[in-house]
Amino acid sequence: MKVWYFSEMPYPDVWHGDPETLRVSLANDRFDPAVGEALYRRYLDEYALCDELGINIMVNEHHSTATCLVPACNLMLSIMARETKRVRLLALGCPIANRPDPIRVAEELAMIDVISGGRLDMGFVRGAPYEIHPANISAVRQLDRFWEAHDLIMKAMTHRGGPFNWEGDHFHYRAVNIWPRPIQQPAPPVWITATTPASGRAIAERRYTVATLLSGMIARDLFNAYRARAHEQGWTPGIDRFAYLAVVGVGQTAEEGYRIADQVADYIRTSPIVAEPYRNPPGYQPVAFNAAALKAGAVSGRVGRRLATFDGRSIDQLGASIEDLVAAGTAFAGTPDMVFQQIKRFHEHVGGLGHLLMMGQGGHLSHADTVANLTLFSREVLPRLAELGPVEMAAAN
Amino acid sequence: MSDAKTERLSVNGIAVDMVSRGEGRPLLFLHADRGVEPEAPWLDRLARGHRVFAPTHPGFGHSDLPGWFSSMDDLALFYLDLADLLDLKNAVLVGVSFGGWLAAEIAVRSTARLSGLVLADALGIKVGGRETRDIVDFHGVPQLELDALAWHDPAKAQRDYANMPEHDLIGLARNREAFALFGWRPYMHRPQLRHWLHRIRVPTLVLWGESDRIVRPDYGRAYAGLIPGARFKTIAKAGHYPHLEQPDAFARAIHSFADRSCGESR
Repeated sequence: MKVWYFSEMPYPDVWHGDPETLRVSLANDRFDPAVGEALYRRYLDEYALCDELGINIMVNEHHSTATCLVPACNLMLSIMARETKRVRLLALGCPIANRPDPIRVAEELAMIDVISGGRLDMGFVRGAPYEIHPANISAVRQLDRFWEAHDLIMKAMTHRGGPFNWEGDHFHYRAVNIWPRPIQQPAPPVWITATTPASGRAIAERRYTVATLLSGMIARDLFNAYRARAHEQGWTPGIDRFAYLAVVGVGQTAEEGYRIADQVADYIRTSPIVAEPYRNPPGYQPVAFNAAALKAGAVSGRVGRRLATFDGRSIDQLGASIEDLVAAGTAFAGTPDMVFQQIKRFHEHVGGLGHLLMMGQGGHLSHADTVANLTLFSREVLPRLAELGPVEMAAAN
Repeated sequence: MSDAKTERLSVNGIAVDMVSRGEGRPLLFLHADRGVEPEAPWLDRLARGHRVFAPTHPGFGHSDLPGWFSSMDDLALFYLDLADLLDLKNAVLVGVSFGGWLAAEIAVRSTARLSGLVLADALGIKVGGRETRDIVDFHGVPQLELDALAWHDPAKAQRDYANMPEHDLIGLARNREAFALFGWRPYMHRPQLRHWLHRIRVPTLVLWGESDRIVRPDYGRAYAGLIPGARFKTIAKAGHYPHLEQPDAFARAIHSFADRSCGESR
């Protein structure tokens, strides 16, 4: 199992009290550039530490939000392409349906791959519903746009022999011919995020790594759908096709590990705080979902998804305790051995996990705590994860 | 109500629902984002003296949406085909809100089958500067606030979703999606439209809910000012959907306009 460190690089000073929104409409007066500078410096230091510890790095992007100070993951990765020497760099990811120009995305990724000496993994994501307004790209037919952008980026990365033409439903170019082109051949590895079995099948058809984020028990159905589709197509996916993101807090004592994880989990509790109009733009959810939502009545409060636990309970992610989040498989917390056992349980539950995306910083977790979390994890947990290989899934499919 | 009829009409292979009612001069009614709502009194009032045709736009309700449909151009040309299919002559074209925008898009292309045009609380043009929002962001304000802006009496905005048949709920969900498909960017207008409004050479009435704060009466006055000879009239105690809030006044204004300005019906 490979491990990738992840932080949303939050700006947590504005979370106090009871903010109505942390996204889209939170005025940027609340961002103090001096505080921001210090935050960027420390987050970059933490990534540099990952390079020393041998933990790979994942970054993402969000827009108009205090939850994430990265408006372009390719910018972060370009810094890290030079600053790091050993570990792999994952964008998870580029919201390619929201980017106006997929060719620019291909060029940026190719440059990062070259500068990093071929250490790039390219994640493509549809993006959250509240990314629609900042991008001002319609969510209607967004998935069609996503796949067309994907097809175009992959062709741009792999095409040789001079310019090609592209006249699609969403994108138009007359002379695509990117410089530089990537080191990794034919292209850097591709990851795509998903939550539904239908998406799992679509990703299996392309043999990409499927990643699911903080989704707990639903990961198993998603991975099963991927495996089933792969089997239909005559191949067996290795565990390196499956990635999962969880909150991770490791301490010398169980209390210490739980304390760290609890602070990181503030991400889960604050992420859904977004003003009503931006939660479900038209076209983002299927018609049947929206019809059911109308019947159920308008939700005027905050929306947080409910998570199932290993023992069959249902918890609300907004108010969830760290114990509940551990029970739901969205957090791994405690001593190194406890964390290892929790990862092992999840790995076996989903039928084999090849990548742990470790949310090791979040909320107000300090630099010192983040360094301690990463260091202890790399020393006491990471080496043991090599034991976790393929899983026999008797009950699967 | 007895002469009301809902049919499935196929226009060059695109099937849409259409309600028709009444006798007299043909009147093609183009609905707002909310859909046709034929059970509301406006249809009955309007049908006293007119043969009203009220289709559900492609993508809305349960009407087909071809995968390649993506702009008001597609909808406008679809309706010119529909008018040919119905062989409309001397028809009055009426549109409310999004339907008003659509009516203007149709009329700048051809008024051959029209004797008059009524734009009620129409979206579709840009009047103010680039940092001025002429049209409230339907998708950027909370629902209760939107109702307060759109209605003279916001209590009338409420619909009983809990007891609504599944079929109707699906229709409403499709309305919301199609409205966004055609109006997302530029938001609920086409920058070029105002420059083509001079092509509308049939008598035109611009009708506006006095309490409309989605697009205010001054926006309506500007709209009327861009259409040669157009008259502007407000309806009291009505917001963005005057046909729903004041169906009698709405129908009266249209009947009187058609009788005085639109010539013989045959």
